[in-house]
Amino acid sequence: MLTLDHFLVQWGDWELTADFTVPPGAKVGVLGPSGSGKSTLLAAIAGFQPLNAGRILWNGDDITDLPPVARPVAILFQDNNLFPHLTAAENVGLGLRPDLKLDKAQKAAVDEALQRVGLEGFDARKPGQLSGGQAARVALARALLRKKPLMLLDEPFGALGPALRAEMLALVDDLVRETGATLLMVSHEPADARAVADSVILVAEGRAHPPVPTADLFANPPEALRDYLGG
Amino acid sequence: MARSLNPLSRADAAGAAALALVLALVLGTLAAVALRAEVAAGFGPADWAAIRFTVVQATLSAALSVGLAVPVARALARRRFPGRGLLITLLGAPFILPVIVAVLGLIAVFGRAGIFSTALGWFGLEPISIYGFHGVVLAHVFFNLPLATRLILQGWLAMPAERFRLAASLGFAPADIARTLERPMLRQVLPGAYLVVFLLCLTSFAVALTLGGGPRATTIELAIYQAFRFDFDLGKAALLALVQVLVAGTAAIVALRISLPADPGAGLDRAVMRWDAATPLLRAQDAGLIGLAALFLILPLAMITLDGLPALLHLPASVGWAALRSLAVALSSAALTLALALPIAALAVRRNSRLAEGIGTLTIAASPLVIGTGLFILLFPLVDPSRLALPVTALVNAVMALPFALRALMPALGQIEADFGRLADGLGMTGGARLRLLWLPRLRRPLGFAAGLAAALSMGDLGVVAMFAAPEEGTLPLALYRLMAAYRMDLAAGAALVLLALSLALFWIFDRGGRLDVDA
Repeated sequence: MLTLDHFLVQWGDWELTADFTVPPGAKVGVLGPSGSGKSTLLAAIAGFQPLNAGRILWNGDDITDLPPVARPVAILFQDNNLFPHLTAAENVGLGLRPDLKLDKAQKAAVDEALQRVGLEGFDARKPGQLSGGQAARVALARALLRKKPLMLLDEPFGALGPALRAEMLALVDDLVRETGATLLMVSHEPADARAVADSVILVAEGRAHPPVPTADLFANPPEALRDYLGG
Repeated sequence: MARSLNPLSRADAAGAAALALVLALVLGTLAAVALRAEVAAGFGPADWAAIRFTVVQATLSAALSVGLAVPVARALARRRFPGRGLLITLLGAPFILPVIVAVLGLIAVFGRAGIFSTALGWFGLEPISIYGFHGVVLAHVFFNLPLATRLILQGWLAMPAERFRLAASLGFAPADIARTLERPMLRQVLPGAYLVVFLLCLTSFAVALTLGGGPRATTIELAIYQAFRFDFDLGKAALLALVQVLVAGTAAIVALRISLPADPGAGLDRAVMRWDAATPLLRAQDAGLIGLAALFLILPLAMITLDGLPALLHLPASVGWAALRSLAVALSSAALTLALALPIAALAVRRNSRLAEGIGTLTIAASPLVIGTGLFILLFPLVDPSRLALPVTALVNAVMALPFALRALMPALGQIEADFGRLADGLGMTGGARLRLLWLPRLRRPLGFAAGLAAALSMGDLGVVAMFAAPEEGTLPLALYRLMAAYRMDLAAGAALVLLALSLALFWIFDRGGRLDVDA
C-alpha cells in the first residue's frame, strides 16, 4: 500500500501536492495536462525528486529519505531505460546485481526474464541493434527480475506506435497480474488508462487527486478532466 | 530548501582527495617558495630586465599572433578549398608539438644557416639571426598564431549564416560586412584570445631557454632556472618564482573577468557563405594569406623531417634511452592525469561546482618551474632530488595537463549523468560498478583524447626535468637540448624527428583508441 502523506514538491511558484493512498495490487493511470507534474509525482515516489514537505509511506514504513535503489520501486523512464554500451542480457542482469557479477543461477534468471518478454536469443544484442519495441521489452524484463512490489511507468512506450504500445501495455498488464505488483502509469492517452488501469489519479492545477475508479471517472468526469480531454 | 537525496559517496571522497593533492602541489609548493624567498637580497638590474622582457615579449607575441590571426581566420572562414579541413586540423597541432622540436625547425628555416638566410645570400644580403628577442617572439607567434586563428575562426563560424544572407540581399560590400557584422564579433572574441596567448607566452620557458638567454632575452622562468641550476641560489630562485606567480596571477585575475575561449576541438570544418567576397582581388588575397600561414606552419616541421631522416641511423644509444625514459614519463603522466581528472570531474559534475575553471586558472598562475622550485625546496632535505627527477616531471606534467583533461571530461560526464544518472541510481550502481559499467565505457572518447593530450604534452615537456635531472638521466627533450647546446645540429634534428614522431604517435594512439568500437 502506497501512501502520500501531505506530499509537497515546489519549484519557485510551481507546486504539486498529494494526500492519498493507493491500495496494494491496484493498476492506476496517472492523467493530466503536460507540465502538471505527472513525471514529478513518479520521480518523487521513486526517490529522484526530494520532497519539500510530507512523507511517502510503503505499507506504513516511511521511505521518504531512502535512496532510489532501497525503495520498493522499479521505474521505467520516457527514454534512456537501457545503457547503450551494454548487451540486452547485461542490461537485464543489472536488475539483479548492479556490479553485474552474476552467478549461474542469476544468469539463468536473466535468460528466463528475456524469454518471458519474448526476446529469447536476443541476449547478446546491444540496444542499438534492437527495435523500439524490443528495447522496451528488455527494460520490462529487468523490471520483472527486480521483483519490486511497485512498478512506475513514466510513459516508456510514448515513442512507439499505437499498435505496439497496446501490445506493450498488454504485456505489462500480464506481468503485474503475475507478480501482484502495484502499477502507476503516466499516460497522455486516456485510452491507455481505460485499457489497463482500474483507477486513475488526475494531476491538474498543482494537485494529484486521489485515485478514482476508471469507469466512474470517465462516466462522470470532473471539470479538470473535462478541460484536459476537451469537448 | 528541499531535502537532498544525494549523500556523500565514495566517488565524492576520491574527488576531494584528488583535489586536495592538486591544491597541495600547487599551493604547498608556493608556500615553500614564499618561505624560502630571500626578499632582503632584493633585485639586481638583471632581475628587473627579466621581468621587463617577460612582459614585453608576451605583450608583443600576443599582439602579433592575434593580429595576424584575424585576416587568416577571415580567409579560412569565407573560403572553401580542398585540404581546408586538414589545414584547420593542422592548426591544432602546435599545441601538442614539443616546443624544442619546433624551435629546431624554426632555426632550420630562420637561423643563420637556415633556408631564409641562404635565400637572402643569393641577393647579397646578410644572413639573419634567430637568437634573442625577435627569435623568442617569432617562436611564440609560430605556436600561437594557429591557436589564435582557431579561436577567432570559431567566432566567425558562430555568427548565424542568416546574417550573411541578409547582408548579401541588402547588397553589402565587404567593408559594410566588416563594420556591421565582423567588427562587433571581433570585439567580443579578441580580448579573450589575446589573453590566452599572453598567458601562454608569459610562462614560456623552453623557447626562452633555447632562443633567448643573456641579459637582454631572459624571461623570469629562465631566470629561475639559471639561479637554480648555475648559481644554485635557492633564495633567489624562490624570490623569482614569487615574482612569476605575482605576474601570472595578476594576468589570471584579469582573465577571470574575461571568459577565456577554449579551442573547440571539432566543428570548424564549415565555411561561411560569402557573396560579397567573390572578387578576384579578395580571392587572391585570401589564397595568399592561407598559403603563407600554411607555409609558416609546415616549413619548420618539413625541415625537421628532411634534416632528421639522414641522422636517424647515427643517433647515439643515449638518445634511445632518453626516448624510453620519456615514454615512461609520458605514459605515467597520462595515467596520473586521468586518475586526477576523473574523480575531480565526477565531483564537479555531481556537485554542480565550478571546480574545473578554478583549477585551470590556478595552474596557469602557477608555472611548472615554480612548482619545481617548491618541490625541490621541500624534497632537498629528504632525498637527492635528481633521483626523483622523472616521477616529479610526470607529476607536474599531469597537473599541467589537468585543465585540458577536465575540459574534455566534464561536459561528457555531465551528459552521461543527465542521460543515465537516474537509471544508474535506481539500480544502485554506485562506486566501482558505476565507474566500470557506466562512466568508463561511455567516456572512452574524451578519456582517449585527454590521455593522448597529456601523454603528448608530457613527452615534449622541457621544464621541470631541466631543473632536476642529472645530465645522463634526462628525457628526450633534454637530450635534444644538450645536443643543440653542443652544436650537434645534425644529431639534434634526428632526435627531434624521433621526439616529434613519438609525441604525435602517442596522441594518435590514445585518441584513436578512444574512438574504436564506440556504441551510440
